[in-house]
Amino acid sequence: MTDTPAPRHIPDRLDKPLSSAIFSWEALLVVVAVAIFAVNSFASPYFLDPWSLSDLTFNFTEKALIAFAMALLIISGEIDLSVAAIIALASTMMGMAVQAGAGTPVLVAVGILVGLGCGAFNGLLVTRLGLPSIVVTIGTMSLFRGVAFIILGDQAYKGYPASFAFFGQGYVWWVVSFELMLFLVAAIIYWFVLHRTSFGRRVFAIGNNPIAAQFSGVRVDRIKFILFCLTGLMSGIASVLITSRLGSTRPSIAQGYELEAITMVVLGGVSILGGAGSILGVVLAAFIMGLVTFGLGLLNVPGIVMSIFIGLLLIIVIALPILWRRLRGGR
Amino acid sequence: MKNFLRYREIWLLAAIAVLIGLISMRFPGFSDPANLRQVFNDTSILMILALGQMVVILTRSIDLSMASNLCFTGMVVAMLNAAHPAIPIPLLIVAALLVGLVLGAINGLLVWRLNIPSIVVTLGTLTIYRGATFVISGGAWVNADQMSPAFIGLQRAVFLGIPVLSWIALLVIALFFLLMTRTALGRSIYAVGVNPTGSVYAGIDVGRTKFIVFCISGMIGGLAGYLWISRYVIASVEVANGYELNIIAACVIGGISIAGGIGSVGGAVLGALFLGIIANALPVINISPFWQMAISGSAIILAVALNARGERRQGRIILKKAEAA
Repeated sequence: MTDTPAPRHIPDRLDKPLSSAIFSWEALLVVVAVAIFAVNSFASPYFLDPWSLSDLTFNFTEKALIAFAMALLIISGEIDLSVAAIIALASTMMGMAVQAGAGTPVLVAVGILVGLGCGAFNGLLVTRLGLPSIVVTIGTMSLFRGVAFIILGDQAYKGYPASFAFFGQGYVWWVVSFELMLFLVAAIIYWFVLHRTSFGRRVFAIGNNPIAAQFSGVRVDRIKFILFCLTGLMSGIASVLITSRLGSTRPSIAQGYELEAITMVVLGGVSILGGAGSILGVVLAAFIMGLVTFGLGLLNVPGIVMSIFIGLLLIIVIALPILWRRLRGGR
Repeated sequence: MKNFLRYREIWLLAAIAVLIGLISMRFPGFSDPANLRQVFNDTSILMILALGQMVVILTRSIDLSMASNLCFTGMVVAMLNAAHPAIPIPLLIVAALLVGLVLGAINGLLVWRLNIPSIVVTLGTLTIYRGATFVISGGAWVNADQMSPAFIGLQRAVFLGIPVLSWIALLVIALFFLLMTRTALGRSIYAVGVNPTGSVYAGIDVGRTKFIVFCISGMIGGLAGYLWISRYVIASVEVANGYELNIIAACVIGGISIAGGIGSVGGAVLGALFLGIIANALPVINISPFWQMAISGSAIILAVALNARGERRQGRIILKKAEAA
């Protein structure tokens, strides 16, 4: 992009040569995904089974739902570290609703609304008081999960109705689980919003230069507020799924999910500094993380060792293009 | 205007005094000097860690891997001690510092040489270092009975009425105070945080300064690793899980700006003490420890809201005044 001469008219998007598609971030991710897939199918005879592959998707669907909204938030130059704590609080509230005798529709509504409320709270603190989001959400991360601990202590909520189990355990068609379907639908919606609407263009504009965006008539604070609400909403939905899948609520539920969701977003090629990224990248990153954890799981590698691979993958995939550019002499 | 420099620390000190006063109303023994010494000792490790994190945050970076570094280094020294009890403890402390330094240098090199944002690098090494702890230990614990009496006893030894752990914390505080106020490196750290571009023109190597602060936070993580393991006398993969956020919380409460360039040694120490006092006070005033998380969360939000007012303007003034002085 830097070496193209200034065009007379300014096109909506620059023509991309084929080579840029081949050397794009998404292409790199596809190569990595295919490689891991191939290694997995050689390493374990149980891998290439439709039901195995279906189980695999449960590894990433909940986190990926959050990662979509988080991608938009990070592209706009903000971050939300409180997503896992929102899951805990929403799950706790659903547990309280069960104790009060609520049915499945009410439970879902409670989970989603609590998530939305928490997101709005983050958004208000960041946009109204002008606070840095990383600090605000470290605070609300303690606060939301802290409230869950105050309510539950070392107890657990159980006794969710049988029909509630569908969201985290049910299948829509053959091996396609409800979670997987939701993941695909959300991927399409977020792709459309980010890459095909003016709202998405504004998100990129804010991430690239919030001040210029403001002067261009973009309501920066309002869009950021909406993005925080969206992230809260997706965390609420993820909370419904995970609570339904586990069938119980503890205040320590979904511990560490925020880092995995952010890893997914960054692995997907979204710039942590804001202003660049794609939903396709996040979808691929979700598959890669699912493949790595599931493949290693089939080989009986403990979860904590898998996290080494995820961490290495994150650093290597980000370092590779930088090293590549350097080796080719450019900088 | 000179007092302006200490403005935030004085407010924090006042908040801590009020906090101690309120707790004493419920439990008169709390403000007893002996008890306050105990609280200081309990908070020593957090204070040391907060200082290591502070220098990183001052340069507009962040080190999320400190708690994992602590866990890994703690496991290394615990296993060394269990396998070779004859190794003198000072040597083990040097080993802890070196292991921590290596882990910190890895972070620093990735940030410096590859220009990867520190939050991404340390997010990765956060999981890698903790995973590596599992690999070297095989998931096994090192228990109290495997550690030598000297390993456990050093920090508990009382010197001039104060435990050695507190002395170590005081020593680290003094060293950081000298570093930040009396050395060129300390001033460069502030300069890089306030204005990276300006720092380049002033002849400061921004990347190298960031590398050095990660080395410092790594060494601090390593030192804290030994102190943590010998204090709680168990080394496992779960040690200090999630503690990185407590460290950052102490910094934020202490008035260190996440945007870099603003903060002081006194602030980091007081921020850690604030959290330490809350943790120590809850059991004695009969509030369930489950409240602690929500309270520190609220404290973080409140602190950052109070600090945010006019932060940008003050940032430049602080550096100018300090350089003029």
